[in-house]
Amino acid sequence: MDWLSFTLITTLIKIVGLCFVAILGLVSYTVYAERRVSAIIQDRVGPNRVGLPLTLLGFKKDVSFLGLFQPLADGIKFILKEDFTPAHVKKFYFWLAPALCLVPALLTCAVLPFGSSITIPWNGSERTIPLVIANLNVGPLFVFAIASLGVYGIVLAGWSSNSKYPFFGSVRSTSQMISYEISLGLSLVPVLLVMGELNLVTISQQQSEHGWNLLPYSLRDGFDLNRWLLLIPLGLAFVTFVIAMFAETNRLPFDLPECETELVGGYHTEYSSMKFALFFMGEYAAMIVGSGITVTLFLGGWSLPLGLDNYLPKGTVWVGLLHTAVFFSKLIAFLIFFIWVRWTLPRFRYDQLMRLGWIWMFEICLANVLLTAGILWYIS
Amino acid sequence: MARRPLVKNFTKGACCGHPSFHIEPLGIFPDPMSEPTVAPAATDAKPSVEMVNVQVDGVWMKFPKGMRMIKALEEAAKVIPHYCYHPKLSSPGNCRMCLVEMGMPSRPAPGQSEPEKDEHGFAKIQWIPRPAISCANTISEGMGIRTASTMVEEVRKGVMEFLLINHPLDCPICDQAGECRLQEFSVGFGRGQSRFQDEKVHKPKNQDIGARIVLDDERCIMCSRCVRFSSEIADEDVLGFTERGSQTVLTTHPGQRLDHNYSLNTVDICPVGALTSKDFRFQMRVWFLKETPSVCTGCARGCNTEIGSREGVIYRQTPRQNDDVNSTWMCDQGRLDFHWVNSDRRLIDPMLKDGAHHRTTTWPQAVSAVADKLRGLRGDQIAIIGSGRMTNEELFMLKKLAAALKTESLDIVPRTGAADNYLVSADRNPNTAGAGLIFCDRPGSTLATIRQKVASGEIKAVIAWRENLLEQAGFTVEELSQLEVLVAAHVMANAMAELAHVVLPTAAWSEKRGSMINATGRLQRLNKASEPPGNARDDWEVLRDLTQALTGTNGLYLVEDVFKSMATEIPELGGLSLGKIGEAGLPLLPSSEVIPLLHREADRKTRGIIVG
Amino acid sequence: MATKLLKRPKLTFGEKIYLPAIAKGLIITLGHAVRTFLQINAKKPKFTMEYPEEKWDAQLPDYYRGAPALVTDEHGRERCVSCQLCEFICPPRAITITPGELPKDDAFAKVEKAPREFKIDMIRCIYCGMCEEVCPEQAIFLRKDYAITGTSRAEMVHDKTRLYEIGGIRTGLVNKWNDLK
Repeated sequence: MDWLSFTLITTLIKIVGLCFVAILGLVSYTVYAERRVSAIIQDRVGPNRVGLPLTLLGFKKDVSFLGLFQPLADGIKFILKEDFTPAHVKKFYFWLAPALCLVPALLTCAVLPFGSSITIPWNGSERTIPLVIANLNVGPLFVFAIASLGVYGIVLAGWSSNSKYPFFGSVRSTSQMISYEISLGLSLVPVLLVMGELNLVTISQQQSEHGWNLLPYSLRDGFDLNRWLLLIPLGLAFVTFVIAMFAETNRLPFDLPECETELVGGYHTEYSSMKFALFFMGEYAAMIVGSGITVTLFLGGWSLPLGLDNYLPKGTVWVGLLHTAVFFSKLIAFLIFFIWVRWTLPRFRYDQLMRLGWIWMFEICLANVLLTAGILWYIS
Repeated sequence: MARRPLVKNFTKGACCGHPSFHIEPLGIFPDPMSEPTVAPAATDAKPSVEMVNVQVDGVWMKFPKGMRMIKALEEAAKVIPHYCYHPKLSSPGNCRMCLVEMGMPSRPAPGQSEPEKDEHGFAKIQWIPRPAISCANTISEGMGIRTASTMVEEVRKGVMEFLLINHPLDCPICDQAGECRLQEFSVGFGRGQSRFQDEKVHKPKNQDIGARIVLDDERCIMCSRCVRFSSEIADEDVLGFTERGSQTVLTTHPGQRLDHNYSLNTVDICPVGALTSKDFRFQMRVWFLKETPSVCTGCARGCNTEIGSREGVIYRQTPRQNDDVNSTWMCDQGRLDFHWVNSDRRLIDPMLKDGAHHRTTTWPQAVSAVADKLRGLRGDQIAIIGSGRMTNEELFMLKKLAAALKTESLDIVPRTGAADNYLVSADRNPNTAGAGLIFCDRPGSTLATIRQKVASGEIKAVIAWRENLLEQAGFTVEELSQLEVLVAAHVMANAMAELAHVVLPTAAWSEKRGSMINATGRLQRLNKASEPPGNARDDWEVLRDLTQALTGTNGLYLVEDVFKSMATEIPELGGLSLGKIGEAGLPLLPSSEVIPLLHREADRKTRGIIVG
Repeated sequence: MATKLLKRPKLTFGEKIYLPAIAKGLIITLGHAVRTFLQINAKKPKFTMEYPEEKWDAQLPDYYRGAPALVTDEHGRERCVSCQLCEFICPPRAITITPGELPKDDAFAKVEKAPREFKIDMIRCIYCGMCEEVCPEQAIFLRKDYAITGTSRAEMVHDKTRLYEIGGIRTGLVNKWNDLK
């Protein structure tokens, strides 16, 4: 009983902490970052005003905090805006779609190891809490299985809106997601071949001991030529995975499902207020989870580089928190890369997108699997 | 009628059988003169009418002898601008807008027996150096007409300039703007700029010359259409011109007013904004109005009308030409009988009586309430009183309801008034003939019996459709109060609706599609100009739902289907459909009724006073 | 016109895989980002005008298209005669006019017609200026007001009073309804 209640409580804390505090908080600040980064890339200032409205309380000046309260204001705006359901929509599915878009994105973070583990005293004994919500043996598969459900939200949104632009947007999105899911899955196979493991916790753990997949050097193990040889297929896998991830999350340069110049707003054209916000959050949550997977698989997850973790005491609270901080730093860096790419590259044409997906990405990933297998066979 | 299109398809209204000319592309502006060619001779021309050869803009054509030039040109699809000419009125030829270049066949030169011929074998035309008005001249053999020559263009430009010299150019406030011949011809044939430097002549504006008419003399171009209409058609010679030259003003004779029941027709035929309707004054600009062809339901004449509505609000009703019903006219009474459609006394929700008060309810509840109340009653305890204001389709559905209830006490409420010597019929129900054909054998004959049975308590339930039984039908409040079930389907809130146990709001004549049969037995069609207000519904749909609630059968989804099913049951309507009725209607039942106005018009046409 | 045939440039492998070009692009945007970031930190953003404190109002050109408004002339006459041409031309159908008749004892009774109500839905208005262009009476003008805000839909519908308030008096217009008319 004691063990059960302990697990229940810690899991609940992890769920609330990761899904609702960390991811949703990160979503709102990613939006803020999106606006600030896009602004400086375009020589503008961006939202720098929302802070404490002290003038309302009789003070002389507001405190702006660099506009860090902007997400709060955005959230309040979304909640207070008129929630408009057009008369011509299929209401049940119209209301269901935004939820279907956000929920899979939040579900996938269940298998993300966001830190090593923490050992705390509980009822007189020491207990170790792994910093992951669910320690699944099929981590990446679970992620793909759930993440691909997100397309239902988009399809339902487009179809139930009963309007041409959303419909086009959702059709584009469906074919795009299906096309790139193949490359996404295939580009992971080399990593799994090299690690020989499907458990994301173990994958992180191994990288913390022996160096990251993209930085295969640890101070303890020393130089290993074989691992540097494997960097060739792993690097290729990283590039293809990141490209496919961009396409999966409908980010520029692959944001054709919602390209404004052609489709007004894409699949969420008819949505307003909080329902629109759910799509928005779903999209950013997918981006965050995607970044998390990339970080876990290629950039060592929560681990420090060069196997430095080998020299740190295991399981203490401070090390656990340090690892969590490392994980989120990598994640944020990757998110900023996402944003940076968005404000640099123009959008693909639809035929180019499909051509890239089916003719280049798919073949490259397939060849990469063979290459990895060949190298592994050569090494052994 | 002031709002006919500029270009008329001459094959449609051709009075004689020669519709096979070569037709040039139509347009507002005259086509450039084409090379002379010979049009194929008419093959189906009636032998009794003598045909003459006339060259129109270089093309030889055949027309019946004695035809007015303007009519011949209209049939040749030429656009001849005109103001004073109106086919139903005499032609004084005073506006000079219809000037054309005319030529006569040359005579043989001295010493020759034959005149010089052109390549088609007709005598060469000698063109007259002055223009001629086409509205008052008739065609003759070998004549030539040019409608697009430089001279014609110049004289039109000149006439337009003179007409506009004293015109106030107050189009922004003028109700005629948008359907004004002065605007149209100024754009089409005028010079575009004024050279007039002096002060314009000022004349009385905004004059009240009749109960329904406002006169603005500055806008008047002295075409005299209204003067002629009043004296020739309405037989009330109240309008005339005084003063001379540019000081001429249109006015009423001393002590008289333009008050007759056909006065608003002068507004229709006024080509400019001199005469405007008080009722329509400053209500809506004409370019916003959606025009729906319909039929007036004020009396059994069934004058063809056009309903002008915008965003579901009716702003005016104007007569639509139908030479078998109303020519181009209609009475003021019928024309203005639409304001109740927009009124706030309309019923907008079905209501059930709950104790002393009515409460609004939904249609399914109202329909099942009626069905529940009637189900326990025998057929001979129920009476259905329809209305001569219902369409054939509605009467047919009402008859179906009667069959479902097994009642034989059916009738409509007759409604009569004095006939005038023009268009108004003594029968003020628009569809008495339809009711006689479809609903009950002799409309109005059993109403007294029904009332007696209601008074004696033999009849316990009355369905009154589109009639306030307290009015024409003569029922008393006591009689109706003792009924177990009183169902009132009506468009307006009224005293009987107060007594009714179920009130069903239905649609006005302008809010539905359907057919009616007028006093002369002509089947005509109503079209939908606006939507019923609130939750009011089309009558036939309500009747269908009621029948369905009582019998459980269904299968009618469109008013077209109702007509189809009616056409299979009623032999007179066999083979017809709502679409086949067309906008002009179809003669259906034999009738001996003579329309006085049309009778006199035919007479004037035979005597050659009007073109017709 | 002579046709000039251009050869499609032959791309090298590096150009074909796009990645170097993408990297180049990323470096350019990064350069902008860093430069602007430093400018902002030094409180000297180069292009941005910080709106509520700094405004363009003084530099607005005469042809600026702000909120449409009705004007009265120097004689105090409301110029609009409710001809409804602006209502007709308005692409987003923002204008609704209820025409009315001037009473016979009005100082400008000669004009006969004036709007009883004139409404412009500023949520619909797209500031295209068609109403000003079509007006035959020089009655409606697009003013320089651009900050049109409201807390409800009803508040965003400018009625006649509000429109004349924004429009004010405009002098030097053609006096069409003069004595000569």
